[in-house]
Amino acid sequence: MSTVPDSQLSTPAPSKFRLAFQEFLDGSGGTVLYFVVIVLCLIGAWEGAKWLGQETDYRLELGPVKISLNMTRDLNMPHLKDIAEALSKPSQRQGPPLIEILVEKVSYTLRLAVIGFTIGTIIGLALAILFAHSRLLERGLMPYVVASQTVPILALAPMVIIWSENLFGSREIGMPMITAYLAFFPVTIYTLRGLSDVPPTALELMKSYAATRREILWKLRFPNAVPYIFTALKITAPASVVGTIIAELPTGIQDGLGGAIINFAQYYVSGPSRLWATNFVTAMAGILFFVTVAVTEWLVVRWKRPSNHLDRWIDTFLRNLRRVVPLLRD
Amino acid sequence: MTAVQDTKTIISIKNLNKEYVSSDGKVVRALQNINLDIHEGEFISLIGPSGCGKSTLLRLIADLIPPTNGQLTINGHSAHEARENREYGFIFQSATLYDWRTVLKNVQLPLEVMRYSRKERDKRAHEMLKLVELSDFADHYPWQLSGGMQQRVSIARALAFEPNLLLMDEPFGALDEMTRERLNNELLEIWGKIPSMTVIFVTHNISEAVYLSSRVVVMSPRPGRISQIVDIDLPRPRGPETLDSDQYFHLISQVRHLLREVHD
Repeated sequence: MSTVPDSQLSTPAPSKFRLAFQEFLDGSGGTVLYFVVIVLCLIGAWEGAKWLGQETDYRLELGPVKISLNMTRDLNMPHLKDIAEALSKPSQRQGPPLIEILVEKVSYTLRLAVIGFTIGTIIGLALAILFAHSRLLERGLMPYVVASQTVPILALAPMVIIWSENLFGSREIGMPMITAYLAFFPVTIYTLRGLSDVPPTALELMKSYAATRREILWKLRFPNAVPYIFTALKITAPASVVGTIIAELPTGIQDGLGGAIINFAQYYVSGPSRLWATNFVTAMAGILFFVTVAVTEWLVVRWKRPSNHLDRWIDTFLRNLRRVVPLLRD
Repeated sequence: MTAVQDTKTIISIKNLNKEYVSSDGKVVRALQNINLDIHEGEFISLIGPSGCGKSTLLRLIADLIPPTNGQLTINGHSAHEARENREYGFIFQSATLYDWRTVLKNVQLPLEVMRYSRKERDKRAHEMLKLVELSDFADHYPWQLSGGMQQRVSIARALAFEPNLLLMDEPFGALDEMTRERLNNELLEIWGKIPSMTVIFVTHNISEAVYLSSRVVVMSPRPGRISQIVDIDLPRPRGPETLDSDQYFHLISQVRHLLREVHD
């Protein structure tokens, strides 16, 4: 029997540094690092394309193949430096820097988006619960729910704004309505799925306790639907920002991002960076909304992950709250 | 000796039939002419090949499905009333714990539905977890538990509101042999502590049925019916020495022969 030297049998132990680095990559450090690397790659690709355009005078010739690089001209793709600079410079003579204006507009649009998102979520949940309880209602109303989403929001928005002005004397009231109109649909569909997607034995268990329909709803169906609901909310959160911007357009209100986008689009040729900067800030608002929903989900849907200090802190808080507020006591 | 002569009848089944229409439109006779009396404090096993209707019979007793015709009374009234009165606890093959509830909250579920006070719920749930030796896991979520532990939680949940009748549908069927043996002993211990507790236990495991039961009901398929009832007069309390006794082996082979007959 021949013996194999030890060094060939076992791989050498990884160094301490390697292990620590691996741990860093697996943890939240890795998330940050990957994020930074990807951002750097995107910046490199953008500026690299612009550099290539400049060097070739916007006509890349590869043998017989001629590729136009007009796309990379400053008007189409401003330098990232210019976009960043546009944020710090006033957009109007003697005005505050653009970023200050945009922050104001973002907060206006986000506020309306959150209101619309909330109304849409409530309507979506209510419809789903209604449909889950009545097959007849579901069959009767579902076609209209689906049809509602095939009407382009762009066509609907002006009408809703006019109605809102006639009914309430305010154009602003109509805006969250449009957002809600966009937001309720995924909530209804996903919630309905979650309410009905319960294991048959879980239902039989409730039946064996002679539980009422209401108890089955609140102790089984609804908690079962919670992860589905968060999936819907993660779709509707960024969509609410877009929906609100579209709702702003027919109102002519200049306080939000919609007004800013239209304005800067009109003057694009004289300052493309301002529209790019606005789009960037708009995207940030959508991401902020999404992340808020995702963090809430992480806190609420805690039964799929190990508990941590934050959970225990929340538990203690809720327990004390129950002690102070008698209504919550049972 | 059979321990169950003079005690009162808990479940009385007379000429019970269950038919259902299968997806291709044929009428299937799931159970035909079932007659069975079950007495207080008995441990009854229903055993038979798949398709013999043993689970169907259990679900009829639980009023989870309605019978086609025949008579079925529990404590002198209908199965429906027995369910409305919460007279039994049901244990499924899968533990059927609710993912979003901790172990403690799962045990409290029936108590919440039955409107026990918060104080009473806490007290009982902790007692039950102590009974199944899972007190240390009260704040865990179901996914953090092994299959055997999950099933013990479901037993604690079924016992939490102190029903006198326990209906068990292949509760240990998905567990490994070692865990099954351990849970069998735990179940016997719990049953021994509550003298009036009647258990109906569906299984396809012969040794398990013999080890646990006071009577084994052997069923045959197509249509499902009772082919024979075997009295299991092994002395109690049963334990490791039971598993080595000749009588135990003799009863196992008796049941096995009966099952082989119904299979052919």
